[in-house]
Amino acid sequence: MRISCPHCGERDLREYTYLGSAKLLDRPDGDAGAEAFYDYVYIRENPSGENAELWQHSSGCSAWLHVVRNVSTHEILSVKLASEAKA
Amino acid sequence: MSRLPTGGQVDRAAQVSFKFDGKTYAAYSGDTVASALLANDVRLMGRSFKYHRPRGVFTAGSEEPNALLEIGRGAAQLPNTRATMQEIYNGLEARSQNRWPNLNFDMMSFTDFLAPFLSAGFYYKTFMWPRKFWLKIYEPVIRRAAGLGRISGKADTAKYDKAWLHCDLLVIGSGPAGLMAALSAGKAGAKVVLAEEDFLAGGRLNGENLTISGQRGADWAAETVKKLRAMENVIVMTRTAITGAYDGGTYGALQRVSDHVAQAGAAPQQIFWRIVAKQAILAAGAHERPIAFPNNDRPGIMLASAVRTYLHRFGVAAGARVTVFSNNDEGIQTARDLLAAGVEVAALIDTRKDITPEIDCPVLTGSKVIGTKGYLGLKSVSVQRQDGSVTQISTDCLAVAGGWNPSVHLSSHMGRKPVWRDDILAFVPDKNAVPNMHYAGATTGEFSTRAALNSGLEAARAALLALGLSSKRVTLPKVEEAAFDNLAPMQIEGKSRAWLDFQNDVTVKDIKLAHRENFRSVEHMKRYTTLGMATDQGKTSNMGALAVMAELTGQSIPETGTTMFRPPFSPVQMGALAGRNTGKHFLPERRLTSDKFSREMGADWMEAGLWLRPGWFKREGETRWRQSCDREVRMVRNAVGICDVTSLGKIDVQGPDAVAFLNLLYVNKMSTLKIGKVRYGAMLREDGLVMDDGTVARLGETHYLITTTTGAAGQVMAHMEFCSQCLWSELDVHFVSVTEQWAQFAVAGPKSRELLNGLLDTPIDNDVMPYMSCGDAGLGGVAARLFRISFSGEHAYEIAVPAGYGAALMAVLVKAAEAMDGGAYGLEALSVLRIEKGFLTHAEIDGRMTADDLGLGRMVAAKDCIGREMSERVGLVQERQQLVGLKPIGTVKQIVQGAVMVDVGAAPVADNLLGHVSSTCFSPTLEHCLALGFVKNGRARMGDQVRAVDLTQGIDTLCEITSPVFFDPDGGRLRG
Ligand SMILES: [Zn+2]
Repeated sequence: MRISCPHCGERDLREYTYLGSAKLLDRPDGDAGAEAFYDYVYIRENPSGENAELWQHSSGCSAWLHVVRNVSTHEILSVKLASEAKA
Repeated sequence: MSRLPTGGQVDRAAQVSFKFDGKTYAAYSGDTVASALLANDVRLMGRSFKYHRPRGVFTAGSEEPNALLEIGRGAAQLPNTRATMQEIYNGLEARSQNRWPNLNFDMMSFTDFLAPFLSAGFYYKTFMWPRKFWLKIYEPVIRRAAGLGRISGKADTAKYDKAWLHCDLLVIGSGPAGLMAALSAGKAGAKVVLAEEDFLAGGRLNGENLTISGQRGADWAAETVKKLRAMENVIVMTRTAITGAYDGGTYGALQRVSDHVAQAGAAPQQIFWRIVAKQAILAAGAHERPIAFPNNDRPGIMLASAVRTYLHRFGVAAGARVTVFSNNDEGIQTARDLLAAGVEVAALIDTRKDITPEIDCPVLTGSKVIGTKGYLGLKSVSVQRQDGSVTQISTDCLAVAGGWNPSVHLSSHMGRKPVWRDDILAFVPDKNAVPNMHYAGATTGEFSTRAALNSGLEAARAALLALGLSSKRVTLPKVEEAAFDNLAPMQIEGKSRAWLDFQNDVTVKDIKLAHRENFRSVEHMKRYTTLGMATDQGKTSNMGALAVMAELTGQSIPETGTTMFRPPFSPVQMGALAGRNTGKHFLPERRLTSDKFSREMGADWMEAGLWLRPGWFKREGETRWRQSCDREVRMVRNAVGICDVTSLGKIDVQGPDAVAFLNLLYVNKMSTLKIGKVRYGAMLREDGLVMDDGTVARLGETHYLITTTTGAAGQVMAHMEFCSQCLWSELDVHFVSVTEQWAQFAVAGPKSRELLNGLLDTPIDNDVMPYMSCGDAGLGGVAARLFRISFSGEHAYEIAVPAGYGAALMAVLVKAAEAMDGGAYGLEALSVLRIEKGFLTHAEIDGRMTADDLGLGRMVAAKDCIGREMSERVGLVQERQQLVGLKPIGTVKQIVQGAVMVDVGAAPVADNLLGHVSSTCFSPTLEHCLALGFVKNGRARMGDQVRAVDLTQGIDTLCEITSPVFFDPDGGRLRG
């Protein structure tokens, strides 16, 4: 797999570290309550297709990336900086 | 001699000698071990895996199932090397495998007589009872009897490398299709890599007698390769097998750089390449199909294409009197080629009735081979003629032509199975199987050379179009050749076994058995019979087995299906995958700046993550580590000790929002921390459990320095980056790891201030530098940072200097300490000191503990921070196992780390589990063993008796639950 880091260009999978769903970008407010945090920490979609994910260019520039990947084919559909991906 | 007087592409001027099973033979440069042995009339090359049947070479290429040899001697001895792929060199030593005492007389061949008991799935049935026999008797015996080659058992001394290569177009295979594609793309200016598994480019052109543009096919190939090598944008890689196709246009490739020379010299033995290609063309050719007939595995029986390759490429007659057996026109071609070279052809046996080939040898049409004779090598074949009569033909070589299977393997590496083509009765690649891969030549099921050249051009055109490059005009060379018609794979019934998978010894009968026992899906059939599971991945056998299963189930071959081919396409040595990452190079090693100094002091070393840290410093008269450790602990408690603590993670945090950021990271309130002060803090994960602990020092208005534990430094850094970039990117904060920029030393003990005041440019006292404070300091003009923190419970400091001064400072500190009855201490003493004080490490912070479990509950401030909300959920606040101290009070004085805690009368079983022991040590201060551990509701059970039971060693210790702070509980020594 190859991912194009917006800072560094296209690099091999080995330079990146996978974290999980891009849902982690949407942390509830501190006072949102237990339900909201339970959902944030544990509840995930399990799509057989496109999935928005967080990857870090850990052996590169350390940028956290928002990556849309087809988990069935490993096709990378889009990459942007996580800091710019938040709605 | 079976070497013909002329012909072939071997260098007859360059004679070499080599050994096979101790006997010396002559060969020519350009030979493979297989062609060299055949040239010397050696047909018997090995014994089969299960039945120890005598076997000879079956193919002339990468798909070879039989002729597997041990090459080389000593550490470099390489088993299971395909004789068809191993180039000859002067002094090469090859040995046959899986035989004892020798190849001609193999004691283990009794297994062949046991064949009725060794059918498919035999180990599941035969060796079940008695159960205890399996480990000691059955398995070792089977392992000795069945098998391939032996490894040397010594460390491989060869050098291997791993490397990357990037290109526009990767062409896999250098037959007519691959050459044409590479030539066309090369002329168009694309950056091309042409990879060929063989040491000679050209593919089948080297093994056939055909004419391209008025030239011999092999000469045309050589000339084309020359043109390609002259292009700056083309890399021709021979001896390079593409082993796998992966996501994103990444391909694995094994280059056998030095396997063809006696000594690798400066070059590596092999290089494992990762080739990243924007486009790829698979032009991997095809493998000829065998025909399954009774006793079809004798030395001397081989594929017709191999017979032609040995003839045309190596100038070797595979036999003195060759018989050809075929169901298609390749048989006629083979017989003609042999006759033209002056080799006697005993007969051409063709299963087809309606052919009348013009050829100068006996032709038996509508006939088939129904049996063979010759134990160590073929002597004769039995042929059943059209009229039913049976003829014996004496012969020493049978060339079998059963049609062709496109080499689809790489196309299925990304999960797509090949598709069936009814018109050629073969599987071909699914065109969408691998993104950006095109297919050309026999791989697509187009078997003629003309079609190969043409499809090579077309594939290149498609690839160039995708690359945005325009094709240059390339004229298609003219080829003279006969038409070819692929026929269905076939097998011939008989009383004796007919082999399908030669390498794993699987016969038609085994497939029938699998069918009878309902292992009918191809995936089940494969695993039950082990067909196709040997190192050749069934390149010559899968199709035959599918045909048998299809016939038994009454389904067509495509309905029967095909198994998935997976990487690697051909065997890859572990050494090549490891590259240079072996031994000490498996992981990087991080050394302290005081490393050399500590070595000179005779330190014993311990690994802490990637760091090497001194465990203890042995002094004269000390014979056991405990003596050194106990002395170092007393030294710190009574005088002063020096310890290099550089490996603790240090992260410099700056910016107007630094404090807001730290407030969100730590459970404690960091906004109240004053400049020049240090605070102990803990970080949680978002699920509410503790991630790490450490200190936060405020160096300036918006400048903080935080420390992490040695092991969690990387994790904490990534976590902070996540928080900063993904959660709170609006905060104006920047941070960087400075672990390696600052060398940091603990100066611990009652005399620590006295020691420092002898070195600091400006002396300190308790007012300037009270407990948990920090500030700048000067050491002979060198700017240093001083922290009054303690991991030992003593009056202690940590002093940090730019890393370049680390070694010098360590020497100065240790010398000063020794003058005060102190000295250096290592990780063992550090650990004892912290256990005596109940301080935490990752033995306690093990990813399952809340702040409250660890006794840090009061630190959690009422504010948002990572993990706070989740730390309050039901499961994390009731009936928790809490940190306690444990003191042995019975006759057993030892507590074992990892022991489980149970109540005094309770059995040590899961239902009664109270907790576990996390850290233990012998305390020289208190003069007994002590431990930290976790006990359910432990803080409410102070003074209770419990047992720490280590079931693996049978150590059962009666303990009293105490406070985790064993020494100086009110902390007077810290502040003094
Ligand atoms: Zn990057």
